[in-house]
Amino acid sequence: MKLFDFWGGVHPAGHKHLSADQPIRIMPPPARLQIPLQQHTGLPALPVVKVGESVCKGQLLARGQGAVSASVHAPTSGTISAIGDFTAPHVSGLPLPTITLDSDGEDRWLDREPLPDPFALVPEQIAVHIAEAGIVGMGGANFPAALKLNKARQAKVHTLAVNGAECEPYMTCDDRLMRERAAGIVDGVRLMLYALQAPQAVIAIEDNKPDAIISMTAACHGDPQIRVVVVPSRYPAGSAKQLIQLLTGLETPAGGRGTDTGVLVHNVGTAYAVHRALRQAHPLISRIVTISGGAVAEPQNLEAPIGALVEDLLGFCGGVNGEIAKLLMGGPMMGQPLPSRQTPMVKGTNGVLALTAAEAQLTTPSPCIRCGRCVDACPMGLMPLEMSKRARHDDLDGALAFGLIDCISCGSCAYACPSHIPLVQYFEYARGALEAQERAEQKSKETRRLLEQRQARLARAEQAKVEAAAKRLAEKQRAKAAKAGVGVAA
Amino acid sequence: MNLHLPSAPHTHAPDSVPRIMGLVLLAVAPTALYGLILFGWPALNLLLVTVLACLICEAACLSIAGRPVKPSLWDGSALLTGVLLAVSLPPWAPWWIGVLGGFFAIVISKQVFGGIGQNLFNPAMLARVALLVSFPVEMTTWIHPHPLFSSAAPGLLDSLAITFSGISDVDGVSGATILGHVRTQLGMNQTLGQILPEHYQSGIAALGWTGGSIGETAEWLALGGGVWLLWRRVITWQIPVAMIATVAVLAGGFHLLNPDRFADPGLHLLSGGLMLGAFFFATDPVTSPTTPIGQLVFGAGCGALVYIIRTWGGYPEGVAFAIVLMNAATPLIDHYIRPRIYGRTWGGQSRPVKRPPAGSGEAP
Repeated sequence: MKLFDFWGGVHPAGHKHLSADQPIRIMPPPARLQIPLQQHTGLPALPVVKVGESVCKGQLLARGQGAVSASVHAPTSGTISAIGDFTAPHVSGLPLPTITLDSDGEDRWLDREPLPDPFALVPEQIAVHIAEAGIVGMGGANFPAALKLNKARQAKVHTLAVNGAECEPYMTCDDRLMRERAAGIVDGVRLMLYALQAPQAVIAIEDNKPDAIISMTAACHGDPQIRVVVVPSRYPAGSAKQLIQLLTGLETPAGGRGTDTGVLVHNVGTAYAVHRALRQAHPLISRIVTISGGAVAEPQNLEAPIGALVEDLLGFCGGVNGEIAKLLMGGPMMGQPLPSRQTPMVKGTNGVLALTAAEAQLTTPSPCIRCGRCVDACPMGLMPLEMSKRARHDDLDGALAFGLIDCISCGSCAYACPSHIPLVQYFEYARGALEAQERAEQKSKETRRLLEQRQARLARAEQAKVEAAAKRLAEKQRAKAAKAGVGVAA
Repeated sequence: MNLHLPSAPHTHAPDSVPRIMGLVLLAVAPTALYGLILFGWPALNLLLVTVLACLICEAACLSIAGRPVKPSLWDGSALLTGVLLAVSLPPWAPWWIGVLGGFFAIVISKQVFGGIGQNLFNPAMLARVALLVSFPVEMTTWIHPHPLFSSAAPGLLDSLAITFSGISDVDGVSGATILGHVRTQLGMNQTLGQILPEHYQSGIAALGWTGGSIGETAEWLALGGGVWLLWRRVITWQIPVAMIATVAVLAGGFHLLNPDRFADPGLHLLSGGLMLGAFFFATDPVTSPTTPIGQLVFGAGCGALVYIIRTWGGYPEGVAFAIVLMNAATPLIDHYIRPRIYGRTWGGQSRPVKRPPAGSGEAP
């Protein structure tokens, strides 16, 4: 297959050797799980269980509400001990509605009835099953997978791109999944192709994962619809827009969707989750996470239950060596710093990194020397230095004019900057300020509308009053005239 | 834990401003060393005086501005400015040329604008231009090569006298650069065919065994240093290639039209510090455009101006003027020449997918 190229990009040190050769270990559920009700884009799921209720593994805990949402299931059997707020896996550390599940240690499954043959279903029905299993995009986008498949089918997508690029440093969860569970992934890809009614799938894997390439190629051998494509290792090859550009040479139009190019991108982890949901009636209650970084005693890849705390994950990997300078959820290029170890992992968590001071490279920014390395590194064709300059001076319109809304926050610019300027942070700030500005504008517009309505109402009332008075007066005069007429007549 | 910057990325390329400055210094070192050997101790004196002046001015400005002195002084930018300014000066120029140049480079053209990253003009080039128009005699006294340890070379004491109290017999030891000589003789209605043979042997000129600024003569060393910078990815190819190619094309075209009036491209490329300017001054990141296309325009502009000034301007050499003029155009270039944004047209509108998605059943 002819490959194209995407713009810019960087070559960060991989650090994948720390965990790449560690087979996936299944982590038994810890005594207590904290399961957030919003692990996806859209509205939070609504709880369907009560405090004190005992639940089985795989049982529905909360149902997705509205068009964009996803259901949440019990990762193990046990008792619901609380439904309330708990620290979200986000840098703010703000609380998020969360179900607390105390494990009974039995890990007892709900009675499952796997489908005899998913391909006997109509394609729409496959998506229904995927939605019921609570599957979201597992590459970190967290968008409900069924909805994405339905929209793509309606858009008549011709290619499913299965993303096994895994371009983030340290991350090896997709690599291990592809090496160890290739058949499951390929089955999931076939199911998704059927749900999409699309003719072909390409599985894109970066060339730094030779073993994954071998096992995936073997798993889809003989299937004319599916093939493995080796892509060069360059960050951010795993970003949907860049992957589409790499595979087809086409660009997703600004403000449009990836499916406008005829390609739908799904992560290998999502394909595997689809396989499990349809073949084993296994909802999305666990996932593969990479636990790595210089401060982790035994870096490895775990299949861990959703809702396990970072503390438990680190503990299962032999604990922490020395001091953690930065604790991250996700990779070092786009991951979120965690406010505390008492934070649960969610469906979109591909890894937890405990970095030492040497790895975290904490530096102080110096003035920009306009070297243009950020311009060269940007895969979106932006000028990060100009955007950050404007964001810094609260010139939001200026930042917008330089393409603020086109930025994908991949961090390539800040990675390449020799002055160590936290460019992405400026962009996040400007985006937040823009949102606040829009909210304020919306509010003042609404206030103005209400005020105008009130004034119109008052004016109408006044008008009615005047009209009524005039009417009364006219009637009075008419009555008077009539009286006078009668008098004259008399 | 996590008291530091919250935003991703949490890893960083092994690159920094001091590293970039250090690599450029290393790249210019052979050229500077060659100049020091060719012109002896007075050149070294001038280099030291200039660098010292730059460092002192930088420290003084930072301390007056109430900014931390150490980190900025250690970023190497003032040191690099000093070295680059020195290699663009006549080797036996008096000490006060170096001091004034350093003052002009650091104070007037850099710190007044707000320090590193804020200056509109390349400090060393602007200082050289200011010195040239203010002190034309001192700035155009070109010493013949007096190689170190040769019999012609001044001793240590003599060299101190040259730097600090002036050259006693200027005419005996100096002459015009090749470009200056060509200009004067052309003015006397001589043809290049008459001028060049006695004064110019392309082989020797290419080796740099001739009069000129400290770093001007050995163009091949400057070219080597520049190629090394390209290889280390400190600079990008757009500016130097566009600049050198433009000079070559213009010189070649006019030389073909009238070989008696217009010098050949070889002479243009190997004299007047073109390589030094193209690789070390025009590529100054602060004062050149940041986009690849902008850099091509900038480089071509520099090249065209160099040729125009050399051929029809008031000065025989035009590299410094050309770069300073194009520096002034940089904000304009950066304003109008921006990269195309992914998924957008050049005009900024959403860019429809060229090939509409094929219907199901058809492979892309």
